[in-house]
Amino acid sequence: MIFAAAAAAILAAMALAVARAIYGPTVFDRVLAGNTVGTLAILLLAVFGFLTERPEFLDIGLTYGLLNLIGTLAVLKFFRHGDLAFDVEEKDAG
Amino acid sequence: MRVASLAGFLMVFWLALSGHYTAWLIGMGVLSTLAVVFVARRMGVTDAEGHPVQMLPGAPLYFPWLAKEIAVSAWRVTRIILNPRLPISPTMTVVTAGQKTTAGMATYANSITLTPGTITVGASGDQLTVHALVSENATDLEAGEMDARVTRFEGHA
Amino acid sequence: MIATPVDIASWALIAAGSFFILVGALGLWRMPELFTRMHAASVIDTLGAGLLIAGLIVQAGFDLVALKLLFIFLLLFVFGPVVTHALAQAALHEKIEPLLTEDRRASRAQDAPGRQQ
Repeated sequence: MIFAAAAAAILAAMALAVARAIYGPTVFDRVLAGNTVGTLAILLLAVFGFLTERPEFLDIGLTYGLLNLIGTLAVLKFFRHGDLAFDVEEKDAG
Repeated sequence: MRVASLAGFLMVFWLALSGHYTAWLIGMGVLSTLAVVFVARRMGVTDAEGHPVQMLPGAPLYFPWLAKEIAVSAWRVTRIILNPRLPISPTMTVVTAGQKTTAGMATYANSITLTPGTITVGASGDQLTVHALVSENATDLEAGEMDARVTRFEGHA
Repeated sequence: MIATPVDIASWALIAAGSFFILVGALGLWRMPELFTRMHAASVIDTLGAGLLIAGLIVQAGFDLVALKLLFIFLLLFVFGPVVTHALAQAALHEKIEPLLTEDRRASRAQDAPGRQQ
């Protein structure tokens, strides 16, 4: 019962974050909202694992957390440098 | 030494995540550990910055304090969010990090960011630029209690 | 189903975690601009996620499931500030200046002793 309530709270929070992602206004607001949706998705996966009594969902949550991190950093790097292969040290040296 | 400890941590991590203890899976774990350690050495991240085991003894003292600090300031931010007037006074300030090692400075900067209400937005040399949600948060940080605690946590590197 | 004290403790933790998650998301929506929104998001990352996962750990008992929950928590705990910092830096780099009521950067940078680089 409490798990269902927690899942509902997480879904409501996700809806707010998605609304923020839609309204923006800057691209960084959207990235922030997207990252928050990712965090909430991890928590939702954990709670869902308990709700259905299948703890395998935790592994999915862990993997999703790593993907969320890499994805957010990649998007930020792309918007900052316009190039995913940009090497800061290389540029400093040259 | 440091490489051996990294291998130990990775192996424990594998065993904890796997939960199946057959010869085949443990063998794969050993192989993965060795591969990761090899790559980490090639990248040069098995040093005091990349794998700071020297900070482990100070952790039981520092993290409970940080947790308390996070809880208090998160509650403060919660009250601000729930206040209909939204009483924020965003402030930018600069604090000096008194730590000697890069791992210690990173700990300080990340602790500032982890505490709701303050974010480290930039670092140059030992100067950290901090954005605070309300000006009291910035004043608290300038008083330097967290800085002193992290320096103690950093210990004898 | 009879509620044991352990159950009640875990329910309280999960309920508190859900509350802070909702508050953080509300802050994400209510705050006026990017940097203040980051503060709201960090409530979710720290206290919301922390309490919720603590509640689940109490519910799970202390076995491998609890350990995995702990890893998820550490993942959020360690990488949350990294993402926030990268986001703030990228935004400043794009000349998105935060809305400020007070800016102590100039005065503080000069006063600070032991300045290097």
